[in-house]
Amino acid sequence: MEKRVTFSSTITGLLFVVPMLLLIFVFFYWPSAQALYWAFTLEQPWGGGNRWVGFDNFSQLLSDPVYWGAIGRSMMFGLSSTAIAMGLALILALLTDRELRGHKIYRSVFIWPYAIAAPALGLAFRFILAPEAGLLSIINQVWPGLWNPALDGKDAMIAVIVAFSWKYIGYNFIFFLSALQGIPRSLTEAAAMDGSGPMRRILDIQLPLVTPTLFFLLVINITESFQDSFGIVDIMTQGGPARATELMVYKIYFDGFKGLDYSGAAAQSIILMLLVIILTIFQFRFIERRVHYK
Amino acid sequence: MIERTPIFNLICYTILALGLVIALLPFGIVIIAATLDLKAVNTVPMPLVPSSHFWANVQEAWTRADLGNKLVHSMIFAVAVAFGKVLLSSMAAFTIVYFRFPGRYLIFWLIFITLMLPLEVRIVPTYSIAANALQPFQAILDVTGLTSLFAWLFGIKIKLEWGLLNSYPGLVLPLVATATGTFLYRQFYLTVPDELAEAAKIDGSGPVRFFVDVLLPLSRANMIALFTIMFVWAWNQYLWPLLITTDPKFGIAVTELKTLIPSEFGLPDWNVAMAGTLIIMSPPLILVILMQRWFVRGLISTDK
Repeated sequence: MEKRVTFSSTITGLLFVVPMLLLIFVFFYWPSAQALYWAFTLEQPWGGGNRWVGFDNFSQLLSDPVYWGAIGRSMMFGLSSTAIAMGLALILALLTDRELRGHKIYRSVFIWPYAIAAPALGLAFRFILAPEAGLLSIINQVWPGLWNPALDGKDAMIAVIVAFSWKYIGYNFIFFLSALQGIPRSLTEAAAMDGSGPMRRILDIQLPLVTPTLFFLLVINITESFQDSFGIVDIMTQGGPARATELMVYKIYFDGFKGLDYSGAAAQSIILMLLVIILTIFQFRFIERRVHYK
Repeated sequence: MIERTPIFNLICYTILALGLVIALLPFGIVIIAATLDLKAVNTVPMPLVPSSHFWANVQEAWTRADLGNKLVHSMIFAVAVAFGKVLLSSMAAFTIVYFRFPGRYLIFWLIFITLMLPLEVRIVPTYSIAANALQPFQAILDVTGLTSLFAWLFGIKIKLEWGLLNSYPGLVLPLVATATGTFLYRQFYLTVPDELAEAAKIDGSGPVRFFVDVLLPLSRANMIALFTIMFVWAWNQYLWPLLITTDPKFGIAVTELKTLIPSEFGLPDWNVAMAGTLIIMSPPLILVILMQRWFVRGLISTDK
């Protein structure tokens, strides 16, 4: 879309955009380019600048089973938390959209979790799901040793997924609800006149009409699961026990800032960037298609 | 509701009530645990009746996590990010929508590509810039030979340095440097009728005048929405503040949560930890409850 009426003074126009351009140059483009440079070089142990090593950092990374483990866990984490958060949010949104009594209360309460900082809810869930105190400790009283996220990797993963999904249910809910409310009432009413029940209308009218939102949220949720999970993991498990919850961003942080392996961390950053870019391109294509529908 | 479906409605109510419980339960547990004493909080099962130790726990958490200072830091940080975002993105979007000059599309794309890579994804390189934010310019001067030219001409060696560690600019600027807000503003400007700009031009107003007197007042709703969502987003940032605030005196509230985790071999004083969590998570929550309408609006329009 283009404006018909525009201003012609180039200098004023540039002045308005220069602060933003300077910021993104310094904090976005330069660092990204530097990550590329680091990923293909290796810092000398005794100083003296970086040495060009080509794809060595990458091949080293990709032949490292620990790194593949982190990728696998990130995928696992992303897919399962997305499935839980989106599934529950969709059900709740479909039911809230029926505008039963009190639907305004649901609408406002379900968004609250999204306002909580990831590390704060990490700490809250660490207590709630702790093996010796809190809410779930009752399980251990009945079956001793059944639940222990501090020792059992699988339990730790479940705990992290639960905490993350809880935050994103509200987020997804808001998008689903606004999409559902965008569906013209006349459609639903006409279907009801033709004798279709609520379930049939959900399956044949509402779900197909919210698929664009569904795909949009799918991409957003997976991207967010890469980045927003850091706070939760750092507070709840610190990647442990025995790397069982070490996700990609956590590994970058750990290798780069604790292990001081900048080249390795930069190579990991590049791989993660590529992953996110692919997802985003997928999303842009989808939004484009949706615009055509309108 | 279109037809009478009593049984289905009952199922709906049950599921919604269950959803409500899931959404509210963690809040409830945090609040109750914050009122218990050390012994009660470690009993299994945890008592679900609040007790009277809330104030003592809050005081303990307050001193342990140095919340007096840290909450002020967080507040300044989040307000600065939100304000910077609103200011810079309203300006940048103005250029993108209302001006025609060569290279306009390049600028548009340069800004929008930043949407793709959030800070967490490019954390290592961004951190390297924090030691000296003017490093790109220094490098450009060095490579183009301007540094040596200056040294030869005036005998002065140019050294640009601006360390960002443990400073507000270091906390704020990298978080402002993304396109989320610009996108929201662009969408809004595109809906402003052309007649307004036309009328302003006929009346002899230039672009600056039009921006300040027409566009900014018109975009008040967007401004509030963007400000709310960005405040919440900034307050909840964790990884970047963790890296940039190496001085323990200059931390923000959210990164202090780490000091509240009961240590493995110390006292399991979860009551204090939960009191601290409650304080730290409250400001954005209160803002969201108060500004629900704007928050939702900002959320839905920034991300699309």
